[in-house]
Amino acid sequence: MNSASAAGSSGRLSDAYLTPGSTSFADFLGSVAPELLPARRPLPPGSAADLAPHGTTIVAATFPDGVVMAGDRRATMGNVIAQRDIEKVFPADEFSCVGIAGTAGLAVEMVRLFQTELEHYEKLEGSTLSIDGKANRLSALIRNNLALAMQGLAVVPLFAGFDQRARQGRIFSYDVTGGRYEETAFHSVGSGSMFARGSLKKLYRNDFTADECVTATIQALYDAADDDSATGGPDLARRIFPVVHVITAAGQVRMPEDQVAAIADSVVAGRMQRPDGPNAALN
Amino acid sequence: MNMPFYVSPEQLMKDRADFARKGIARGRSVALLQYADGIIFVSENPSQALHKVSEIYDRIAFAAVGRYNEFENLRIAGVRLADLRGYSYDRRDVTGRGLANAYAQTLGTIFSSGGEKPYEVEIFVAEVGDEVSDDKIFRLTYDGQIADEHGYAAMGGDAETVAAYLAEHYTEGLSLDGALRLAVAALAHTAAEGTEERIIPAGDLEVAVLDRTRTLPRKFRRLNGDSLSGILAGA
Repeated sequence: MNSASAAGSSGRLSDAYLTPGSTSFADFLGSVAPELLPARRPLPPGSAADLAPHGTTIVAATFPDGVVMAGDRRATMGNVIAQRDIEKVFPADEFSCVGIAGTAGLAVEMVRLFQTELEHYEKLEGSTLSIDGKANRLSALIRNNLALAMQGLAVVPLFAGFDQRARQGRIFSYDVTGGRYEETAFHSVGSGSMFARGSLKKLYRNDFTADECVTATIQALYDAADDDSATGGPDLARRIFPVVHVITAAGQVRMPEDQVAAIADSVVAGRMQRPDGPNAALN
Repeated sequence: MNMPFYVSPEQLMKDRADFARKGIARGRSVALLQYADGIIFVSENPSQALHKVSEIYDRIAFAAVGRYNEFENLRIAGVRLADLRGYSYDRRDVTGRGLANAYAQTLGTIFSSGGEKPYEVEIFVAEVGDEVSDDKIFRLTYDGQIADEHGYAAMGGDAETVAAYLAEHYTEGLSLDGALRLAVAALAHTAAEGTEERIIPAGDLEVAVLDRTRTLPRKFRRLNGDSLSGILAGA
């Protein structure tokens, strides 16, 4: 059966469509068009790690009104820069977003599946999933990808959202087996993540405004790019700057390019004076 | 040995159609109007949880009358079909026409198959375009017939009275407020043959729009609570 056509032999929607029950799009896909699920595709043995571009560093940090997620724009294939302006932070729904590190193609596919999954639930149930429910669904999608991860096609997302019940921003990180860990204050994933996390450790305050929080994440990405060749810094010549999403009680928005550019310019200007970035107090 | 009675195919289909029509006529009506910025759906439905009008996809909405369990099944099937199409192709490739066709095939097959009882439902599938002229509205009946609608349409218990009222008062290019008030007046008109006009309380209305001016890709929006009573009070 053609995966995108619903018709059985008589032209009517098949039973899989009309059977009530599951609110999961991924489960539905598994029953009518399993070949569309990345995890159901047979893969020949051997490592596929060097076949496709990799996305690199994502950082997220909370502030009193919500949470910020930022991602650099570089994708690499071995020593080659595969793309300079890739986008690795995506809206998941109105109050959450997801950033991806790892095999870019699979990660983008997983994000599309996750977005559809959340919207599908919302339409069928008439209400949105709780933020923990969303985080768990993402966990399940990653878990299904374990076989691919073992052949070098790992996808490691970072999930952030505004918890409408607790009225605060929350961050979740994952491992390749689908393990889900809630992070406090800030977190980073991808090849430059240890440098970014070290940077945020020194810069983070818990009374940030949204703009200060964005500045801190861009400083962290700058530090990651400084020490990790796979992470791209602000590209001043081409005017390519990180993708930044800000999530508050009002919903999630992608910060307009010119605002990100202004903050990135001030960060770069500061580095002209002191290349290692702002000095933290010694005690 | 019992001899089965002979029933002519015409009679069989007529009986099934009568059965479905009776079921549909028991429910309340749903009215649909095109206005300047989109398409509005209005129905009398005191329940806040069981919807007659719902979102299918970015630009597509669904409204139904008749048996709840049957049209709820069709709605879920529509959401699944639309999400699958959008996932395997692109969001722009999900069209109201494709969905209406799938519904027509499904309803038609069920209606004419001997083993199943016909669905007692009638459905609107509406898709809002960038311009009023790009809007598409399909009406599907219990037997899988499909028809194009323009401007306004009504279905359900008192559909003919509602449609007659709309035919008399509808003009093109209405504002949202104007379209809502006209639809509510049309629904209220039905039970008021020759008597005083009924007033439907705002809490008993289910109102939703496909609003082409929304900047988000998803154009479906429900109107309820204060915004709804505010518009109605402005009449």
